[in-house]
Amino acid sequence: MERLVNLSRFTRAGSAVAVGALAFSLAACGSDPEPAGSSGDETTEASEESGDDMEGGLSGTVSGGGASSQEAAMNAWRAGFQEANPEATVNYDPVGSGGGRTGFGDGSYKFAGSDAPLDDEEMAAAESQCGEGGVIEFPGYVSPVAVAFNLDGVDSLNMAPETIANVFLGEITSWDDEAIAADNPDADLPSTDITVVHRSDESGTTENFEEYLYAAAPDVWTAEPSGVWPVDGQESAQGNSGVVGAVQAGQGTITYADASQVGDLGSVAVGVGGEFIEYSAEAAAEVVAQSPRTEGTSEYVYTIELERDIPGTYPIALVSYSLACTTYADEQTAELVKGFLSYLVSEEGQQAASEAAGSAPLSDTIREAVLPGIESISAG
Amino acid sequence: MSTTVSPPAQGSRRRRSGNTDRGFNRVFRWIAVGAGATILAVLAAVALFLVSEAWPAIMASPEELAEGVPRYPEDTSLLAYLGPLIYGTILAAVLALFLAVPISMGIALFISHYAPRRLSQLLGALVDLLAAIPSVIYGLWGFFTLAPVLTPIWMWLNDNLGWIPLWGGNASPTGRSMATVGVVLAIMILPIITAVSREVFLQTPKLHEEAALALGATRWEVVKTAVLPFGRSGVISASMLGLGRALGETMAVLMILSPGFTYSLDILAAGQHQTIAAYIAADFPESTGLGVNTLIAAGLALFVITLAVNMAARWVVARRKDFSGAN
Repeated sequence: MERLVNLSRFTRAGSAVAVGALAFSLAACGSDPEPAGSSGDETTEASEESGDDMEGGLSGTVSGGGASSQEAAMNAWRAGFQEANPEATVNYDPVGSGGGRTGFGDGSYKFAGSDAPLDDEEMAAAESQCGEGGVIEFPGYVSPVAVAFNLDGVDSLNMAPETIANVFLGEITSWDDEAIAADNPDADLPSTDITVVHRSDESGTTENFEEYLYAAAPDVWTAEPSGVWPVDGQESAQGNSGVVGAVQAGQGTITYADASQVGDLGSVAVGVGGEFIEYSAEAAAEVVAQSPRTEGTSEYVYTIELERDIPGTYPIALVSYSLACTTYADEQTAELVKGFLSYLVSEEGQQAASEAAGSAPLSDTIREAVLPGIESISAG
Repeated sequence: MSTTVSPPAQGSRRRRSGNTDRGFNRVFRWIAVGAGATILAVLAAVALFLVSEAWPAIMASPEELAEGVPRYPEDTSLLAYLGPLIYGTILAAVLALFLAVPISMGIALFISHYAPRRLSQLLGALVDLLAAIPSVIYGLWGFFTLAPVLTPIWMWLNDNLGWIPLWGGNASPTGRSMATVGVVLAIMILPIITAVSREVFLQTPKLHEEAALALGATRWEVVKTAVLPFGRSGVISASMLGLGRALGETMAVLMILSPGFTYSLDILAAGQHQTIAAYIAADFPESTGLGVNTLIAAGLALFVITLAVNMAARWVVARRKDFSGAN
């Protein structure tokens, strides 16, 4: 008797714990994949709502989204703009460049950010939203991409583009390789192995860095640039902070990352036209200012063909575009987008972004070129 | 005493009420049925969503997939593409289980049979506390603290025992490898396995244990002959719960692992493995169109694996139940 009673009591206790544990584990399993999906849902909801709750003047809500690289700068712009227009709300969903271009093309984002210019297909989709020739596209956010490394006793190294490409391909495997030593006669290079760390997620920074290597060292770097790193079997980490963290954790590690993130890591002075240039916002702004505008685009599309070998400029710059329409269905959206973009390209706005995100302020030339497009935004 | 009194009382109440299934009793029955049905409905909805969203990727030709999905290599079927991911997911979970089960059983036995009462309560609470730490915290900790600490150990294993396939290849100098992920996952699933095992071990009939002691058995022999056979099915189901969590873990893997798409056994090397959940989380933000469909097809594979693991666990437990005495 005694034994039976005991057993049943314990069984109940045990099963209660088991059920509790099961519920817990299910909750744990279920909650993980959620953020990605739910944020996607919010995106569409938020942007669908945005058209409706508009009020008079520079008030109401406008929603955009796109490149996550612009997020820090966008937060500064939103704060600055909403301070000047307390009634207005600007939302920016950092879903990524691809998501931004798609959302802009199907009209769910009123404005968007993208690390790459619209391709022909996407431009066609955007023009069906904005009308023929009605797309505004300009490089609102320019940020230098630093090649950063962690090597005891070495703060800066000179590297020619071919050397950088060989290092990142894994062809140059130690820090005292002749190719590195030749450009750094004064540096005391250890024989540590080089460990390349790249982005594990698909990213505009990766694509930009690959484009640079593809353009500046075409003989060495033959992989077609895309957002995905082409070399297998190397170290990688997620996001700018991830790769920087991984580089800090190792010795002899090297990576590429948004310059605002590299902190006190050593950095590579990149060879451009016979000299070596350290990264800086100014040098990155110069490369954008001196690169030619893409020809054959419609009036308000100001995309540039980044030139990677202009002496005195820092050639690895992430150029992130801002997208908008010249015409919107309703007056409030048009006024809001116009006001917001005017602030974005203004000297004040670019300065705010520079302080918040370490980006390179737009040159006056480009500002003057894109302002007419922004001025022309209207309802209709 | 009470049994002699209660039947008449029940009988009279039943006579007065007539039908017992009325009032709130009836409402509650439907609430319970509804709650049960919700589980099925949610499960069906998730399965339906996964299949319908994965369908375009399943139907697409390798050429279309290579065109539309960023990482997709040329001339590969969807299954061949997802294969390394499935392998990586299972490898991570198995490593974690391999590390966690012996430790969990040790903790559970210590709490249930060795520790003084007060210490055992404290220890139990502490182990449960481990389960309350969010996985992103484990990820940060693994990334910034554990990986650098483990790196010298992995290097040593690689240098001295590199001839064992598991420890071959080029050990990662940053420690961001499958081995580190396995350790972090093991710590994450430790609490659940410990908690369930502990409860099962506590259920061991005192008579069995006392009988073993009376026959001259030592503590260890009591555990070996009475406690472990009795708790076997419980430990297996506990492990399966842990395995389920390890299979689906996203954030910690995402933050710690240097991913790669191979069938490599070198758990110390970087850029060899990736799990499905971390792959989806890493690539979703920049994916569009067929890329998203492919990610969801990977999710479908994970769903199927998890279901299969749980079914297998139930089958094992059901089969063992008759012999263990835990019913």
